[in-house]
Amino acid sequence: MSSETRFIDFKSDTQPTWCPGCGDFGTMNGMMKALAETGNHPDETFIVAGIGCSGKIGSYMHSYALHGVHGRALPVGIGAKLANPELEVMVAGGDGDGFSIGAGHFVHAVRRNVDMSYVVMDNRIYGLTKGQASPTSREDFETSTTPEGPNMPPVNPLALALSAGATFIAQSFSSDAKRHTEIVKAAVEHDGFGFVNCYSPCVTFNDVDTYDYFRDTIEDLAETDHNRNDPSQAREKILAGDKEYIGVLYQDENSVPWEEREGVTENMAEIPDGAPDGAMDLVREFY
Amino acid sequence: MPEDLNWAIGGEAGDGIDSTGKIFAQALSRAGRHVYTSKDFASRIRGGYTAYKVRTSVDRVESVVDRLDILIALTQRTIDENMDELHDGSVIIYDGERTTMQGVEIPDNMIGLDVPLKSLAEDAGGAIMRNVVALGVACEVMDFPIENLDSALEKRFGDKGRAIVENNSKAALLGQEYTAEEFDYDYGFDIETTDADYVLLNGDEAIGMGAIAAGCKFYAGYPITPATNVMEYLSGRIERFGGKVVQAEDELAAINLALGAARAGARSMTATSGPGIDLMTETFGLVATSETPLVICDVMRAGPSTGMPTKQEQGDLNMVLYGGHGEIDRFVVAPTTISECFWKTVEAFNLAEKYQIPVYLVSDLALAVTEQTFPPEAFEMDDVEIERGKLVDEETIDTWLDEQGRFQPHFPAADGVSPRALPGTKGGAHMTTGLEHDGLGRRTEDTEVRVEQVRKREQKVETAKEQEEWDYREFGDSEAETLVVSWGSNEGAIREALEFLDDRDISIRFISVPYLFPRPDLADEIEAAETTIVVECNAKGQFANVLEHDVLTRVERINKFDGVRFKADELADEIEAALAPQEVKA
Repeated sequence: MSSETRFIDFKSDTQPTWCPGCGDFGTMNGMMKALAETGNHPDETFIVAGIGCSGKIGSYMHSYALHGVHGRALPVGIGAKLANPELEVMVAGGDGDGFSIGAGHFVHAVRRNVDMSYVVMDNRIYGLTKGQASPTSREDFETSTTPEGPNMPPVNPLALALSAGATFIAQSFSSDAKRHTEIVKAAVEHDGFGFVNCYSPCVTFNDVDTYDYFRDTIEDLAETDHNRNDPSQAREKILAGDKEYIGVLYQDENSVPWEEREGVTENMAEIPDGAPDGAMDLVREFY
Repeated sequence: MPEDLNWAIGGEAGDGIDSTGKIFAQALSRAGRHVYTSKDFASRIRGGYTAYKVRTSVDRVESVVDRLDILIALTQRTIDENMDELHDGSVIIYDGERTTMQGVEIPDNMIGLDVPLKSLAEDAGGAIMRNVVALGVACEVMDFPIENLDSALEKRFGDKGRAIVENNSKAALLGQEYTAEEFDYDYGFDIETTDADYVLLNGDEAIGMGAIAAGCKFYAGYPITPATNVMEYLSGRIERFGGKVVQAEDELAAINLALGAARAGARSMTATSGPGIDLMTETFGLVATSETPLVICDVMRAGPSTGMPTKQEQGDLNMVLYGGHGEIDRFVVAPTTISECFWKTVEAFNLAEKYQIPVYLVSDLALAVTEQTFPPEAFEMDDVEIERGKLVDEETIDTWLDEQGRFQPHFPAADGVSPRALPGTKGGAHMTTGLEHDGLGRRTEDTEVRVEQVRKREQKVETAKEQEEWDYREFGDSEAETLVVSWGSNEGAIREALEFLDDRDISIRFISVPYLFPRPDLADEIEAAETTIVVECNAKGQFANVLEHDVLTRVERINKFDGVRFKADELADEIEAALAPQEVKA
């Protein structure tokens, strides 16, 4: 089945309502291609999305999917993967979903390192609510709710992942379709939590972090001698925070997913018609 | 009334009160006696008064009473706290050499046994065993064969090695011998033993065991008193049955983890207490709207806010019935005894899957921390039946596809229950969302579809009302003029209060309600009674309000919200007092 799956199989018949030119189109296309090219099938894929422009992705892609509450998509994905490790689980979110209301879940999902991928559409703005500061907005970025700018430094998502012990940290740019797809594919194929922060420009409410800005400033790690398996190189680049890198910044090739370490292998959906064998032993323990 | 004995050990938190009390309860259970325990405790690990109380009889015991016959006191405060329950001839066991007990005064009408617990423990191998020495003293006082302690000590210390078990056994013996030699009282206790085999467990354990029996394989939770024991019970056990316990970063994550596992098809559960339900309420609406089967257990404690974390209350009723923005369809089931904690958990999983709906399983601190004896047949696993509802597989899915071959997870079926395809089922790929959606799960704000989907979710509840039994449990005299109605853990105390009242020629009909939504219609029963009294552990009478609304009448109320569960004898007095004005009027 796998070799026959095309990326279009992951597309639903619902027309996206994103603004024309929105970065999320490219981000989603790359996700669909990455899933198809890694041999996945919509019937065996579970996609979870949160709230915000990014949250709409569950409607636009075709697979088993849940569009949840704001910021809590990651635990839903983890629960699904643990209950049925055969599923391919991908979680989509935005910068608000992942690094503001869901920041707590992000840190712990990274720590737990379940085998799944997480693509954040980072546009450095709240688009769906029409233009307020997000956790990745620049310090002086003026918005309707922060007229003088947030006046505090933006979250560095890659550093957040690094400090939580991530086994895969990557960044991509939605407009660079080929590289974005390659990077998401690497996250899907990674044995553990594959985190991709994708620059996904908002053409309506963010006139600073634009396509032009990213095109002019991005440095592609594929064109450098960066060693993705070297934690010190990753640390140095991520913590410096002075450049807009794309590519895989870090991958622990010895990563073992949490579910494997915990011996979780069964599809938990399968249960007998009555109490499981050996259940009466539980009663005897209380003698 | 059972021929009972009331025993307690009390001291500072951190004194090993809990494990000592449990050993003693276990010993009584092994000797074929029924046991019902309760705890007074503070949430601090160390510091603060704590006590473990055991009521025992050869007949079943279902509650605590306001009477204490034997007290092992490690602190003066233990005596002070229990002064009202101690009586003429009560025995107080203490160690006068202990700094906290120097200058202790035992009331003249009671028997004080000053035993060098620590020194005797040191003789047996270590001061740490002083509580076990006290158990030996209690055995002598009660004329209870000390051998019964051995199997309980084995259970408690067996994994720590033979030497530890034997030292403890010796410590108990030294306590017994010292008491026999030094004191010459007639204590007046005659402890019968029987050949019966009982199991001893608490409500949290019964819920955990019920979950495994029901095929629950996924549990996510965040530690909180008094629900943590559910998680601790399942940890290491559910794995033996192919499941997994996940400790989440918070309750928000816990319910979302459980939701994800349920979407993938696992029978899935989370348990918490009121403060956790506050957080989970955010996702509760999503669970209901996405029509995901999920069991959410609320082991209630005294609120609001942090309230009294280690105290009893039934204050969450309104929250589990109505909590969450918008109108959320749900079931609410509240076991009334520890064995029912097991069976109602099994039932909650069946209800959740048959109707693809969240089920609140509501327990409380009194059920959670009470250890009670049962014959093992009370948990007969062969009687567990699993019903999974409208699950479709690759053979049956075709029936549920639309003209374009798309699966319809929210198809508005006549009974309101849609087909359910689990991820991995060929041809079943679909999305679900907390947004209002059409039959395909696609977002919509279409007015007709909105009405159709709201009606469809309501219809599931209507179908369940018709197809399931939402009955009550009845006790006492069905012809009596006075009707007592209650819910949750009060059942045991009320049943026993009925016996006290019977001795006073007051007959009562008692209805104990385990289904809070849907719930049995009590209109006829309340109509038939001269007086209806609703008994519950909260200040506002939340269940009384619900019943008044259901039946469009007024009921009398007995409310307790001091953090302590109802006691049978105290409750009998209150019911009698509540009836007194009516008698005057008549």
